[in-house]
Amino acid sequence: MTQTLTHEWARFTPVQRMKRYVALMAVTLVVVWALGSIDVIWEWVWDAPIQLVDLFARMVPPDPTNLPSILEATWQTINIATIATMIAVVLSLPVAYISAQNTTPNVVCLWIGRFILVSSRSVNTIIWALLFVAIFGPGIIAGIIAIMFRSIGFLGKLLGEAIEEIDHAPIEALEACGASRFKVVMYGIVPQVMPAFFAISILRWDINLRESTVLGLVGAGGIGIILQGAIDTFQWQEVSMVLLTILALVIAGEVISSTMRKKLL
Amino acid sequence: MLEIKNLVKRYGKGAPVLKDLNLSVEGEQLMSIIGSSGAGKSTLLRCVNRLVEPTSGSITLNGTDFTTLGPKELRRARRRVGMVFQSFNLVDRLSVMENVQSGRLGYISTWAAVTRRYPAEDIERAFELMERVGIAQYADKRADELSGGERQRVGVVRALMQRPEILLADEPTASLDPKTSEQIMSLLRDLARELNLPVIINIHNVTEAKEYSDRIVGMRYGRIIFDDKPAALDAAQMDEIYAGTPSEDRQEMGAIA
Repeated sequence: MTQTLTHEWARFTPVQRMKRYVALMAVTLVVVWALGSIDVIWEWVWDAPIQLVDLFARMVPPDPTNLPSILEATWQTINIATIATMIAVVLSLPVAYISAQNTTPNVVCLWIGRFILVSSRSVNTIIWALLFVAIFGPGIIAGIIAIMFRSIGFLGKLLGEAIEEIDHAPIEALEACGASRFKVVMYGIVPQVMPAFFAISILRWDINLRESTVLGLVGAGGIGIILQGAIDTFQWQEVSMVLLTILALVIAGEVISSTMRKKLL
Repeated sequence: MLEIKNLVKRYGKGAPVLKDLNLSVEGEQLMSIIGSSGAGKSTLLRCVNRLVEPTSGSITLNGTDFTTLGPKELRRARRRVGMVFQSFNLVDRLSVMENVQSGRLGYISTWAAVTRRYPAEDIERAFELMERVGIAQYADKRADELSGGERQRVGVVRALMQRPEILLADEPTASLDPKTSEQIMSLLRDLARELNLPVIINIHNVTEAKEYSDRIVGMRYGRIIFDDKPAALDAAQMDEIYAGTPSEDRQEMGAIA
């Protein structure tokens, strides 16, 4: 018995299928062209596994002779991250307030706030550090200010978004009680953004801890300076010691921030 | 005494939501406003304390014309008008006591507000009122731990903390189950008598409105078309209040648009 087919179905029409093939071809061509144009020295790429093994051999065992100064620089790194985060948190509060649609006093403030956020966020911490090393000279101050400048944008943006997401109903009730603007902020907005505020601040501290480990590469203080020095003088065993310390630091930061999150939220 | 004269409210360029509305409320009566959704009940209530800005007309509470007040005087005047909301509008993450005391925000200093050092007599009054409505044991609980009926009681106490001259309630029972809803209605009625407080309630439940009110106002499309004792509200008038747009309204809306 022959079965008569009454329904035909295909995911794509022939025209669609052709278009998809053409698109795939175009993407392949672009990738091939891109690979061809980056001027790879292939000998060095093929050589990489040998170099990897070689470098690893030179790094083992880690050399702890400089451990006291490494730990001191680590402490400096923690300080850079913590102080910068604290200052940035305070400074980002007004910025968040004026750049949230629902709390900004007027359009001019809104644009000023957004300008601060965008300019802070569009420049990488390392670039900020280069600028501030030029201004304040090498050292911890340049590092703190660089981290701070980058953090204000991050904190202000996320906190501003948290303010925009609050429930407006309690605000209306407080206004109906005759509360001033500041009291409405303290009773209506602050309690609602508190969890976001802590979560964002802890997250930024965690990020800053990791970012401040590389600040020394441009002379802005912290453990990066020792790392840079060790690499420049081919002290690979010391390099590995520094890397291990950084790893321990980052893990400790992770543990502390997740414990704080649990405690506070 | 609350006196509303020639009140008009228009959102944007559309047809007015309130059309030349006149209403006066005096004494300790509990007045219910009924009407279908979109009749302008909520807008009317919110115009009184200017949560919604009236387009024209005057609203006078015991001699103060609310419509002409600047921002600072408006804040002072709002202390005299208590408001209860459909969704309670509590600050969930604050304690019941903090929510209750936020009714005093118009009176206390900013420092006292921020540090939560409330005046002793305010704390006394808060406990009296909370005991009166049966939530005193929750003073230190967070507002979001309470049930709907308890939350609305917090809302009522917050409004009463203002020592208001009038209490507005915008569908205070619409989010509650029937039994809790009746409890809140009888609470509002009793409080109106105890505190000599005129109360205006927007309400969808006509049976409850008839049972608990001293006076019922029926609104349709921005006008008051019924204003009398609950007993006077019969089926014909109910039909009229909840009927579709009458031709008169339609013509007027067409003329404006």
